[in-house]
Amino acid sequence: MRAFAWLLDRLAFTPPRNGKLTLLADYFRDAPDPERGWALAALTGALSFETAKPAFIRKAIEARMDAALFAMSYDYVGDLAETVALVWPAKRGANREPELSEVVDALRSASRAQVQALLEGWLDALDADGRWALLKLVTGGLRVGVSARLAKQALANFGGVDVTDIEDVWHSQHPPYEDLFAWLEKRSDKPTAAAPGRFRPVMLAQAIEQEDLAKLDPKDFAAEWKWDGIRVQAVSERGEKRLYSRTGDDIGRAFPDLLDFLSFEGVIDGELLVMRDGAVASFGELQQRLNRKTADAKLLTGFPAAIRAYDLLVDGEQDLRPLPFRERRQRLEAFVARSRSPRLDLSPLVPFATWDDVAALRASPPAGDAERAEGLMLKRWDSIYEAGRPKGPWFKWKRNPRLIDAVLMYAQRGHGKRSGYYSDYTFGVWREDANGDRALTPVGKAYFGFTDEELKQIDKFVRDHTVERFGPVRAVRADRDFGLVLEVAFEGLQRSTRHKSGVAMRFPRISRLRWDKPAREADDLATLERMLDEGAPPPRQGR
Amino acid sequence: MPRPEAILCPTPAGLYCAPGKFHIDPVRPVDRAVITHGHSDHARSGHGAVLATPETLAIMQARHGEGFAGTTQGLRYGETIDIDGVAVTLKPAGHVLGSAQVLLQHSALRFVVSGDYKRKRDPTCAAFEPTPCDVFVTEATFGIPAFTFPDAADEIARLVKSAAQFPERTHLVGAYALGKAQRVIRLLREAGYGKTIYVHGALESMNALYARHGIDLGPLAPATAETSRKDDFAGAIVVAPPSAIDDRWSRRFADPLPAFASGWMRVRARARQRQVELPLVISDHADWSELTGTIAEIAPGEVWITHGGEDALMRWAEINGVRARALSLIGYDADEGEA
Repeated sequence: MRAFAWLLDRLAFTPPRNGKLTLLADYFRDAPDPERGWALAALTGALSFETAKPAFIRKAIEARMDAALFAMSYDYVGDLAETVALVWPAKRGANREPELSEVVDALRSASRAQVQALLEGWLDALDADGRWALLKLVTGGLRVGVSARLAKQALANFGGVDVTDIEDVWHSQHPPYEDLFAWLEKRSDKPTAAAPGRFRPVMLAQAIEQEDLAKLDPKDFAAEWKWDGIRVQAVSERGEKRLYSRTGDDIGRAFPDLLDFLSFEGVIDGELLVMRDGAVASFGELQQRLNRKTADAKLLTGFPAAIRAYDLLVDGEQDLRPLPFRERRQRLEAFVARSRSPRLDLSPLVPFATWDDVAALRASPPAGDAERAEGLMLKRWDSIYEAGRPKGPWFKWKRNPRLIDAVLMYAQRGHGKRSGYYSDYTFGVWREDANGDRALTPVGKAYFGFTDEELKQIDKFVRDHTVERFGPVRAVRADRDFGLVLEVAFEGLQRSTRHKSGVAMRFPRISRLRWDKPAREADDLATLERMLDEGAPPPRQGR
Repeated sequence: MPRPEAILCPTPAGLYCAPGKFHIDPVRPVDRAVITHGHSDHARSGHGAVLATPETLAIMQARHGEGFAGTTQGLRYGETIDIDGVAVTLKPAGHVLGSAQVLLQHSALRFVVSGDYKRKRDPTCAAFEPTPCDVFVTEATFGIPAFTFPDAADEIARLVKSAAQFPERTHLVGAYALGKAQRVIRLLREAGYGKTIYVHGALESMNALYARHGIDLGPLAPATAETSRKDDFAGAIVVAPPSAIDDRWSRRFADPLPAFASGWMRVRARARQRQVELPLVISDHADWSELTGTIAEIAPGEVWITHGGEDALMRWAEINGVRARALSLIGYDADEGEA
């Protein structure tokens, strides 16, 4: 438990992705089976105990210590699990710390009534860090910034294999993953991936710009719209129906309406969209359905999900991935027609003769769904379906981003290489405040898009014009007469109840520093509101 | 027998001993001062006469320069002198080099003013000596049950492990210039870390002073970039005052990994707020169990609490039938850096 607790503790304080990868890979190397497997399960969400509710933990601590002293501690620390971990008055006697595997085994077989005694015994035996890890584990919230994708990448680094190899076998493996570790330590062969319903690692496209197109022959390529939803893989094999994100996370529980309609035998690669009467709704509407564990009836009818298919990986029993795109496409068209599913349609090919044709379509797409597309996809007719992001077969050519001029309001210190610099910027645009004056309202935050030289310049500006400090954050001078104007590029805009301004940007980044532009000439909120995706529903009330 | 308050009482300048006509750790210039230890909120310059341990006097001179007081007098641990009928003895407090508790005896009453203290092992200073008394005047910087500190050696082990795990990064350890920095360095040596440790210029005079007092800090070098390349510090451990970590100063290092050695690091929100990647829970103050354990061990007639978490300690005293009183002295910043 101690090594697991140390790992959690360090992960929680290590923001850089590479740092997390190192910590995880080192842990996988040092920890024995089955400890590391259970840790992996806990980190990837494959193991979740919600055995202890906060009220139960509170009761346990108040039976052990003075309520007023506990209240003062809780008030200071601010987090229940952390407070209890720190103040727990351990009874002497239980001096052997439990291993993670013991905790897991015991919790899986314990009755509700037994859990309390088990937990108290473990809390007595562990130190403060161990107690914190235990309490986070049993209350079901590790929250140390590790996604399943990151954990898989760490496994790949640990075993010296490609992450797509991990994804390939992931769904046939179960905690505590002893076969997986045996393979990664080269003690056995790669585990079989043949489980029906498993995820197939996806193929990704490279970004391309107009000038690069000249080197390519348009006859070699097919074009499609790049739909603005999320990439999914829909699997239906021998009764196993699954919906995966592009990183292999099973998101089926949030889309029961789609799973019901996977009335085919095969594996489809496509875009998850909200669709009404065959027409694509905005990304903002789709967002109502994302990042949820489940979906209620209101959500299912209000925001009906559908899949727009663009590739077929398995047809019946046959793996189509070694076939060229031209052939897979023909099979896909027949497959979609055969399925007759109301929640499945075909992403049409976009006919063109020259790259100029494609450029014209990108600049002004025809009315209808294409207007909601993010740009175009170009796929070689002869491309096999290759996991990862191979160079050459597939390209994405996105539409030009939207731009606004905003004023820098707050800056926060960065991490790692940027820890001595103010590198995370909150920017705002003008709106009328309650007194009828023009005031800035924050509309977004960006921490990339600038060069190292520009970073130094902004950092100096922030330090020279700080008006207030809040921990690692500085407010900078920003008013009608003075301020730094940032040209911000972003992909789309939605209404948001979480942001004071009522709008939220997708993928904002700094595209230019406008040292030349007076702050008062930066954009107004009204300009942003006009850019809002049309047809978005009124904002939902906060949950 | 007189009331204790007639002999020792809080004043705006600090604790005052009326029969001896001296203050203890006064926060403003006074005629006569007894100083418990060299941290700047306790050891200010400009007093008429100063009594302290020889080590504390040396620290004050290094920090404030010659003439930091009208006259000075050194008193070694365990020696007693008489000041206008008050017998004054200094006892080790275990806080930093030279730190002392002040034992005052007058009219058959014994007072112990702890100054800042800790009970955990510290290889850079003499250990706290429990002294029976009628009135125990204690600090309470970490006087909340949530502050229970681990063994400092375990925390140092985390630092050593991290330095091995991330050889491409510079481990930048924030540590207060007097006491904490030298303790961290000494603990690193005890953990078997033999490489050169780089130090910020603000630590150099205290490091030299500790070395003169026989504390072996091993190979140290200035963390200056003028003569070296950025990569030279990759994989190194650099010790600096906490304020320097957030500052432009830290840019000279390869991909710095900010660490901070402080009792405040026990609480995650504090560590996150400072953007620390490696919080090291190492304090030179008594934690909750040391505060309460020391009071129980000494079993004084009453306890006076100078500054810090007095509410919780008062509550503990109430539960445990200990007579206690909060003095709420001001001017002693339970500052993040020092603790």
